[in-house]
Amino acid sequence: MTARIERPISPHLQTYRVTLTMALSVIHRATGIALYFGTLLLSWWLIAAASGPGAYANVQAFTGSIIGKLIVFGYTWALLHHLCSGFRYFFWDLGYGFKANEREALTWGALIAGISLTVLVWIVAYTVGGGR
Amino acid sequence: MSSRSSMRTPLGRVRNLGSSHSGTSDFWRQRLTAVAMALLILPVIVIVLMLIGRNQAGAAQILGSLPIAIILVLFIIASAWHMKIGMQIVIEDYIHNEKLKLASVMANNFFCIAVALASIYAILKLSSGV
Repeated sequence: MTARIERPISPHLQTYRVTLTMALSVIHRATGIALYFGTLLLSWWLIAAASGPGAYANVQAFTGSIIGKLIVFGYTWALLHHLCSGFRYFFWDLGYGFKANEREALTWGALIAGISLTVLVWIVAYTVGGGR
Repeated sequence: MSSRSSMRTPLGRVRNLGSSHSGTSDFWRQRLTAVAMALLILPVIVIVLMLIGRNQAGAAQILGSLPIAIILVLFIIASAWHMKIGMQIVIEDYIHNEKLKLASVMANNFFCIAVALASIYAILKLSSGV
């Protein structure tokens, strides 16, 4: 291969003052990684449904437990937050929302919408499912 | 292929489609799969909510119906592709050891393909009622 050319590299994250958009960028990535491993749960659930009553009862026992509920709740938030936060990238990709107040508003909007939608989904879940 | 034997400059070799020779295809597919999931998320949430509190027989009946199976398969394909691209970006950002990076990128591909195929197979099995 060619000789290495020493190009300037960007300083590490820690060099910068923490800003809202920066924090949300990190959270976007973190929720993405959480969702990555969370698909194992989705996969397990589908395989169990295809396997039979015993396997499905195991999944339900897990999702009905306190830890299971916390994980599914966390998964719901990670999914909906990643979705809302992802919408910001569409605006930015299309060239909108780069002014300081616009990007702050988009970021606050994503944070609030993600939490609100998570609460909404769980209220509906409890209403239709009666706590299961 | 030594660079010494070529008249082309390092910059010239990475122009147009870049050093990976696939250009911005990952960037484009990340957006494509994101839009696909944004469109599918509402029906997917409704499907999951429909299954709350049902036993295996009830869940299998709902999951096996044609429109629901198609929506879930589409969502799984989009999400597996999206997470493959996303995790590869994370790996390339943080793992600087070349061999470990290659192994991680491979493991990422295997994981995403396995999760997608297992989920799709389960849905197809439910649809065929076997």
